[in-house]
Amino acid sequence: MYEGVVQNLIDELGLLPGVGPKSAQRIAFHLLAADPADVKRLAHALLEVKEKVRFCRTCGNVASEEECRICRDARRDTHVICVVEESKDVVAIEKTREFRGTYHVLGGAISPIDGVGPDDLRIRELMTRLADGRVTELILATDPNLEGEATATYLARLVKPMGVKVTRLASGLPVGGDLEYADEVTLGRAFEGRRLLDV
Amino acid sequence: MSLYRDEGVVLRTQKLGEADRIVTILAKRTGKIRAVAKGVRRTTSRFGARLEPFTHVDLQLHTGRTLDVVTQAETLRPYGEALAADYPRYTAGTAMLETADRLTHGEKEPALRQFLLLVGGLRTLADRDHEARLVLDAYFLRSLAVAGYAPVLDACAKCRAPAIRAFAIVAGGVVCGACKPSGSVVPAGETIGLMAALLRGDWALADASESRHRGECSGLVAAYLQWHLEHGIRSLRHVEREPA
Repeated sequence: MYEGVVQNLIDELGLLPGVGPKSAQRIAFHLLAADPADVKRLAHALLEVKEKVRFCRTCGNVASEEECRICRDARRDTHVICVVEESKDVVAIEKTREFRGTYHVLGGAISPIDGVGPDDLRIRELMTRLADGRVTELILATDPNLEGEATATYLARLVKPMGVKVTRLASGLPVGGDLEYADEVTLGRAFEGRRLLDV
Repeated sequence: MSLYRDEGVVLRTQKLGEADRIVTILAKRTGKIRAVAKGVRRTTSRFGARLEPFTHVDLQLHTGRTLDVVTQAETLRPYGEALAADYPRYTAGTAMLETADRLTHGEKEPALRQFLLLVGGLRTLADRDHEARLVLDAYFLRSLAVAGYAPVLDACAKCRAPAIRAFAIVAGGVVCGACKPSGSVVPAGETIGLMAALLRGDWALADASESRHRGECSGLVAAYLQWHLEHGIRSLRHVEREPA
């Protein structure tokens, strides 16, 4: 145990995800030894993120204004919505520079075993966005794991009667991997989604 | 480092650190195991979808100090693929996994009958031969029976009188008029018949049952299960009934 304020800092850092007691102690002593200006900048950034960052009223992505940068961008195609679980997934898709539509962040995936059902996600908000009939395609980009697949199944069932085209991101073999190490489910999906080589 | 091999069903997974997961497995010989699957969340992971919930998998693990580590995994049957494509079956399946987790208390205590029951239940659910909620109720009743909590359905649970009047969870099954405690419910005779059919595996009778009796049966079975587990099953709130 250390003097009050140092121990307080260690305890607070220890609450962060992936930070154990030893790591918390290491970060605390790093901050103690750091330049006061650097520490002030970090403290300011922490406070600012809580004060300024909010969730986009349209898509649920993190934003610094009422709407996020993507929803404000007039060049984006608002007829296509890509549904993702978390804001982190928006960043991952944006990095590809392949998608020019808009997003909808659900805030997780349906996981009954963890007590997360459809009502705990931003599904109602998605249905409101689809209600005006302007959206022509809904791309389901939830994680390719069990919860993500079940969430996609649930959404497809809900949205299809509205006449909106519902698509799911392809899944298959990762680029740079060995075929022999691919599991049966992934390899099966890769076969299902095989494409014609147009050479 | 001691290596061991077993087959099991993945009950649940929890994120660990940057790219790992803790997987809870109900294994055939070992019983319940909690093990670390390293790097499983990376898209290039050699485990791929093999350690997703519902997967019946052949495993090699090595014993760790607190948690074991999965070193190899081969799929025996991926029930999750079929279940995730059918939402009512997915919700019923998660309730089965959660119940199996709750009914096997200690880690590494062999629970062969619970394992075989779970594999059979998942196979029946994935094969879509019977309504999902019927399969779930049958699984609940039989897993309770394996755990020693089979409800008495043929005569009064207290005095063994043949005249049945009500269903009392605290008494452990149906009761006669004289033994009926306050607060017990009076279900239709067909509902008790359906519960008995599900418990003994009479699918012809169960499949022919009416929707209202199935609904009443599900309510009683869920209450009976949670009373004996002394714990709520979180997934149950989300179980969806298939349209008739």
